[in-house]
Amino acid sequence: MLPFLLEVGAEEIPDWMIPAALEQLGKDFQSLLEAHQLGGRVTRIDGTGRRLVLWAEGLIERQADSVEIVSGPPKGANPNAVAGFAKKSGVSVDDLQVETTARGEYYTFRRQVAGRATAELLAELLPELIQKLYFPKTMFWTGKGGPKFIRPIRWIVALLGDRVVPFTLAGVESGNETYAHRQLGAGGPIPVTIANYEAELEKNFVIVSSAARRAKIEREVAALGNAQSDGKLLETLTFITEYPAAILGGFDASYLTLPKEVLTMVMRFHQKYFAVSAAGGELAPHFIAVMNIPADPEGHVVRGNERVLRARFNDARFFYDVDQKRPLLDRVADLANVTFQAKIGSYLEKTSRMVALAQELGGSEAAEAAYLAKADLTTEMVKEFTDLQGIIGGLYIAAQGGKPDVAKAVYEHYKPLSMEDTIPSTVTGQAVALADKVDTLRSCFAVDLIPTGSKDPFALRRAAQGVVKILVEGELSPSLRELAAGDGKLEEFFLERVKHYFREVKGYAYDEVNAVLAVGWADLKDVELRLQAVKAVRPTPNFEPVAAAFKRIKNILTQAGTLPAGAPEASLFNEAEAGVAAAARQAAIKDGGYPAQLERIAGLRPAIDHFFDQVLVNDPDPAVRDNRLRLLNQLISEFSSIADFSEIVTK
Amino acid sequence: MDSFQETVFKLKKYWADRGCVIQEPYDIEVGAGTMSPETFLRVLGPKPWRVGYVQPSRRPADGRYGDNPNRLYKHQQLQVILKPTPKDVIDQYLGSLEAIGIDLSKHDLKLEEDNWESPTLGAWGIGWQVMLDGMEITQFTYFQQCGGIDLDLCPAEITYGLERIVSFLQGKESVYDIEWAPGVPYSEVRYFDELQLSVYNFESADVAMLWEALGRHEAEAQRLIDLYKTVEDPAEKRRFPLLGAYDQVLKCSNLFNLLDARGAISVTERVGVIARVRKIAVGVAQAWVDQEPFRTMKEVA
Repeated sequence: MLPFLLEVGAEEIPDWMIPAALEQLGKDFQSLLEAHQLGGRVTRIDGTGRRLVLWAEGLIERQADSVEIVSGPPKGANPNAVAGFAKKSGVSVDDLQVETTARGEYYTFRRQVAGRATAELLAELLPELIQKLYFPKTMFWTGKGGPKFIRPIRWIVALLGDRVVPFTLAGVESGNETYAHRQLGAGGPIPVTIANYEAELEKNFVIVSSAARRAKIEREVAALGNAQSDGKLLETLTFITEYPAAILGGFDASYLTLPKEVLTMVMRFHQKYFAVSAAGGELAPHFIAVMNIPADPEGHVVRGNERVLRARFNDARFFYDVDQKRPLLDRVADLANVTFQAKIGSYLEKTSRMVALAQELGGSEAAEAAYLAKADLTTEMVKEFTDLQGIIGGLYIAAQGGKPDVAKAVYEHYKPLSMEDTIPSTVTGQAVALADKVDTLRSCFAVDLIPTGSKDPFALRRAAQGVVKILVEGELSPSLRELAAGDGKLEEFFLERVKHYFREVKGYAYDEVNAVLAVGWADLKDVELRLQAVKAVRPTPNFEPVAAAFKRIKNILTQAGTLPAGAPEASLFNEAEAGVAAAARQAAIKDGGYPAQLERIAGLRPAIDHFFDQVLVNDPDPAVRDNRLRLLNQLISEFSSIADFSEIVTK
Repeated sequence: MDSFQETVFKLKKYWADRGCVIQEPYDIEVGAGTMSPETFLRVLGPKPWRVGYVQPSRRPADGRYGDNPNRLYKHQQLQVILKPTPKDVIDQYLGSLEAIGIDLSKHDLKLEEDNWESPTLGAWGIGWQVMLDGMEITQFTYFQQCGGIDLDLCPAEITYGLERIVSFLQGKESVYDIEWAPGVPYSEVRYFDELQLSVYNFESADVAMLWEALGRHEAEAQRLIDLYKTVEDPAEKRRFPLLGAYDQVLKCSNLFNLLDARGAISVTERVGVIARVRKIAVGVAQAWVDQEPFRTMKEVA
C-alpha cells in the first residue's frame, strides 16, 4: 500500500477559481484510481494560488494480473478460420478451448494479462488529468498550439511512496522538488517526501492548508479590531496568500465625512481590506489589511497601504466635490447622451418610461424617485465606482435636500441584487425597483434581446427574478401578466422565473409548484399561501390518495370527451353518489384559510374511495353515466381553486 | 534615495543585462507603451525579440490641470517585452524590483488577476496587476492575441508605472514632489505640461479640426492597407510602408482620445469610432504578418 502526493506548481491562479479546481482534481483522481483498479482513495485536496495539491493513500504497487477471455469463431466454423484465430492469438489450435455462451459454442482463448505498475500508469494518465482541469479562461505560454492552463505550470511534484512518478507536461518534468514562498525561504528547489512535504513548506513560509490560513486570518483580524464580517473577502485573502498575516492601519478621521458606502467600497473591493466598526456601529478610521508575509516589524507595509488609501480617498473626495457642483435634478437631461442599449435608446428615454410605470405602480412619490433614479450615471463617483449606482443617487438626493423617501427609494432601487438580498424596504422603493426592472425586460424583449441558454448579457433573468421576489415579499400586487403588457414571450419568461423562485429559492417540490400554478398565478402572494397550505397538508394520510383520485377523475373526464352540461341530478344518485355529493357540500365550506380548506378536501377520501368501489362511471344507461360525469366534473371544478391536484405526483 | 531618472537608469541597465535592446520612446503620441510598434508589431510573427523602453503615455481624459497628486495626463511607462517568455520571468521581474532598492522580504507583494484587453488594437492577454503594499506598480501580461491574430510565441509584457514606483520608493504623497533629478522636482520638469495640455485637451482643442484630422489619418491608413493587398512583387512587398500605415493608426488613436476628453464623442458614437480605429489597426497587423517572409528574405539584387 503506497501513499501518493501530487503538487501542480503554477504562477498565481486567480483566487476564486482554486476551490473548484481542487474539487475537480480530487474527483478526477478518485475516478482514475477506480477505473484502473489501483486501490486507494483521495484523502485530501488543498492548495494556494501557486500550488494545487492532492494526497491519496492505499494505492497498490501494481495492478492485479487478470485473465481476459478472447472469443473466436463458432465451434462449427471452417478450420481455416479457427487456425487463423489461433495464429492471431499467438497460440496453437490445441490451446483453444470451446466454451458455451448464450449464443452457442465458441472457440475461446484465455489471455493472461499482466497488471501494470501503478507508477507507470499514473505517469501515463496524470498529464491529461491535470490538463483537463476546467478553468473559465485559459492561456498558452509555450507558443501557439501549446498546452493551455489557467497560468503557466512551473513545477510538478508527483510521488508514489518514495519514488517519483515521472512524466512531462508543458516542458515541465515531474520530480520531488517544490518551491518556497515567492519572496521568503529557499531560493531554489526544495526536495520533499510525502511525509515531510507540508512541514518543509511551512519552514519556507508556505501554509499549504487553506483552513489553517483562513483560521490564521480570522484570528489575527479579530485580535486587531472590530472588523466588519466579510466572508467573500476572507475567501479571497485565503487563496491570494501563502503565509497571511493581518495588520492594522488608519486614516484621517476627516475622511469619515464622505459616504460610508464609498469608503467601504474602496476598502473592501479596491484594496481588499476589512472595514472596521467603531463602538457605536459607525465606521472607524481604521482598516485591517492581510499581507502575504509573516510580519511588518518596521511598519513599511502599514505605511504603504495607508498612503495608497489616502490617495484613493482623496480621489473620492475630489469626485464628491465635483459632483455636488451640479445637482442630480439638473443631470437628468444629460442622460440623453448615455446609451441604455444601442437598439433601445438612451437612459433619458428609459427614465420617462420608468416614471410612467412607477406612477402607475406607486403614485407620485414613486414617479419622482424614478425620474431621478438614473441621474447618478453621469456623476464622477459612479463612473469610478460603478457598483455604487443607485446608492450614490440616493445619497446625493439626501445631501442636496431632497425628500428622504425619494432618496431612500433611489438608494434601494437596484435591490434585490440576488435571491439572498432583501427587497427595497419601502413601497415607493419597491415601485421604482419594479419600474426599472420591468422596463428593462419589456424593452429588451421588444427588440428580441432574449436570454438563450447560458447567454444573458443584460442579466434579464436576475431582473425578472427580482420582480418575482418583490411581488411575493413586498406590498404591491400587480399581476405579472399586466407587467408583461401583452408580450407572450415575456409572460412565459416570468412564469419560468416564478417556478424557479418557488422551487429553488423557497424549496417547494416540483409537483406542488406545478399544481398550484396550474390554477392561476395572477397574485404571487396568494400563490405562496396556497403553496404553504399544500406543503402543510400533503403529509396527512388522506391527501395523496385524494390527489390520486382527482387524477383518476380527470382522466375519466378527458376520456369522456364532450361533457354533459348542467349540474348533477340528485334524484338519479345511488347511495355512493349521494355520499360523495354530501361530502362535497361539507368540504366546500370556504372558511378557515387554505390549510383548513385543503384538510376538508382531503377529508373527501372515504366518500370518493367508496364511490369508486361501488360505481362504474361508464354505466350502460347513458342518463346514469352522464349524471355521474356531471357529479365528477362538479367535484373537480369545485375543488381546483387552490391547486390542480392531478399535478401532484403520488407514490 | 534614488532620483526618478536614477531608477529609470537602473531598470534599463537591469533589462539590458538580460538581453534586452534598450530603445528610446516612440516619437508619435501614444496612450500606452503597448502601442509602440516595438510592442504592437514586434510581438507578431515567429521572431524572438527582447526590448525595453520608457514610453511617455498620453491619456487626455486623465488630466487634472496639475492639481491632483496622483492623476496625470501623461505618465511614464517602462515597458519590457520578452518574446518568447523565459520560464523564470517572474523571478526576473522580482529581481528588477530588488535592483531598484525594494527589499522584498519586508514588503507585501501580490499578483492579482487582471487580464488585459484593448478593443481598439484587437489585442488581449492574461495576467496580473502586481500589488506592492497595496499599490499597483506593474501590469504583467502574457500576450495571447494582437490585431486579432494568435501570437506564435507568447511574449511577456511588463509595464512599470514609473511615477507610482518612484513615489513609493521616495515615500512621496504627490507625484509632483518626486525628485526627478537630484534637486529637481517632478513639478519643475512636468507641471506646465500637465496644466497647459489639460487646458488644451479639455477646453481649447478645435473639435472640428480633430474630427477632420481623424478622418484624414484614417483614410491614409486604409489607403495603404488596401494598396498593400494589390502588391505582388516580393521586392515591392518588402519595401511597402506598413510602418507608415501604422503611424496613421497611432495618430487616429490619439485623436480619438483627444475628442473623448473634449467631450465631443457621445456614448452612442463611441462604439462606432472605436470600431473604425480597430479596423485599421487589425488591417495593419494582418498585413504585417503577411509581410514577414518578405522582410526576412535577403534584399533582392
